[in-house]
Amino acid sequence: MINKIVRSVAEALDGVRDGALVLVGGFGAVGQSNQLLEGLIETGVRDLTIVANNAGYGNVGLARLLKLERVSKIICSFPRIAGSTTFEELYKANKIALELVPQGTLAERIRAAGAGIPAFYTATGVGTELAKGKKSAEFDGKTYLLETALKGDIALIEAWKADRWGNLTYRQSGRNFNPIMATAARTTIVQSQHIAELGELDPETIVTPGIFVERVVHIPHGDPQG
Amino acid sequence: MSAETQGKQQLSYIPLDRTGLARKVAADIPEGWVVNLGIGVPTLVADYVPADREVIFHSENGVLGIGPKPPEDQIERWLINAGKQYVTLRSGGSYFHHADSFAMIRGGHLDLCVLGAFEVSETGDIANWTTLSTEIAPAVGGAMDLAVGAQRLWVVMEHVTKDGRPRLVQKCSYPLTAPQAVKRVYTNLAIFDITQDGFKLLDMVTGLTLTELQAVTEGRIIC
Repeated sequence: MINKIVRSVAEALDGVRDGALVLVGGFGAVGQSNQLLEGLIETGVRDLTIVANNAGYGNVGLARLLKLERVSKIICSFPRIAGSTTFEELYKANKIALELVPQGTLAERIRAAGAGIPAFYTATGVGTELAKGKKSAEFDGKTYLLETALKGDIALIEAWKADRWGNLTYRQSGRNFNPIMATAARTTIVQSQHIAELGELDPETIVTPGIFVERVVHIPHGDPQG
Repeated sequence: MSAETQGKQQLSYIPLDRTGLARKVAADIPEGWVVNLGIGVPTLVADYVPADREVIFHSENGVLGIGPKPPEDQIERWLINAGKQYVTLRSGGSYFHHADSFAMIRGGHLDLCVLGAFEVSETGDIANWTTLSTEIAPAVGGAMDLAVGAQRLWVVMEHVTKDGRPRLVQKCSYPLTAPQAVKRVYTNLAIFDITQDGFKLLDMVTGLTLTELQAVTEGRIIC
């Protein structure tokens, strides 16, 4: 019997190592895998590279991981933490490296990794500071930048419902980066608000098919914190 | 006479406030368009599109068909816009992930994006993401994708900076978000289309003269 559901956050995070590249879903306070991130803090791993749209939210999860200086680099489109100056302090003190990526390029680099596409061209960023050092090419007389795929060692995902095959659904704007990050990591780890029996999720509404998921832990934490 | 000393005398015109600006933009959005609104005054635009005119609002974080702000007791904690404000979903609305959301943007599926800016040049360059401050890390969000991807980019901004310098310029002094991207600019003094010949004046506030407007505009105004 296939069963990807594990009993604890510690079990879900087993094997995560120093220096890992971690994809962290969420946008604002919504869709954040805060309990997995708190568990990651507990494991003591450091020197992490984090890929996330924001630099966390409030004082929990990713924001706390940053504050504890476990992160050496963040790849991010909007490096802010609502209600906190943690990121600014680390940045000013040169304690964290920032790779700033336009939000759509970030999403597409993750999607490409999940789809086995090593690189792609985009018009976003042409003629700006963020084009520096990037190869470009012309197609039909228009210039595009070459952007490379962004694959994670692990992805930390928040879902609304999950079953033992790892099929996932999401809630409202909690979807955001979670489904694409689930496809783009060697080990995709999910915290889910609800656990469904196999067959209970309508196949027409499954957003992430279980093929993309390795481990699921049940975390009924309620509404987004923030 | 500088713009500043003029400002201290009694003005013969009243610049638009944030609400007035949002109303002007809203009036120009026709039924059927799919529109992404940036943070700040652009977000206010949605409030002034009449409810019976079907305009579909998009948000980067995976929402199409955003409705009005919910009353305090009906806030849905899982439903926010790109500015992290609580919103509602209209009938016909949908949710999707970030790659689909930016396929809508980069694939040219949005009719319009409205953004704020620090500066717009007479060739339509936009600068709106970093002031090069060393105190604050730069943040770009979805601005570069929206600027190149939407069918039209309109900018809403104050006509001059706090210290009276023009924001409509010949060449942007801040790093660009995208070159040659802006189609139209709404300021608290006037509305312009970006054309090959310069800033084409479409409208200005009552009582303002062209001479006064040109004095606070660095690029060439054509009528």
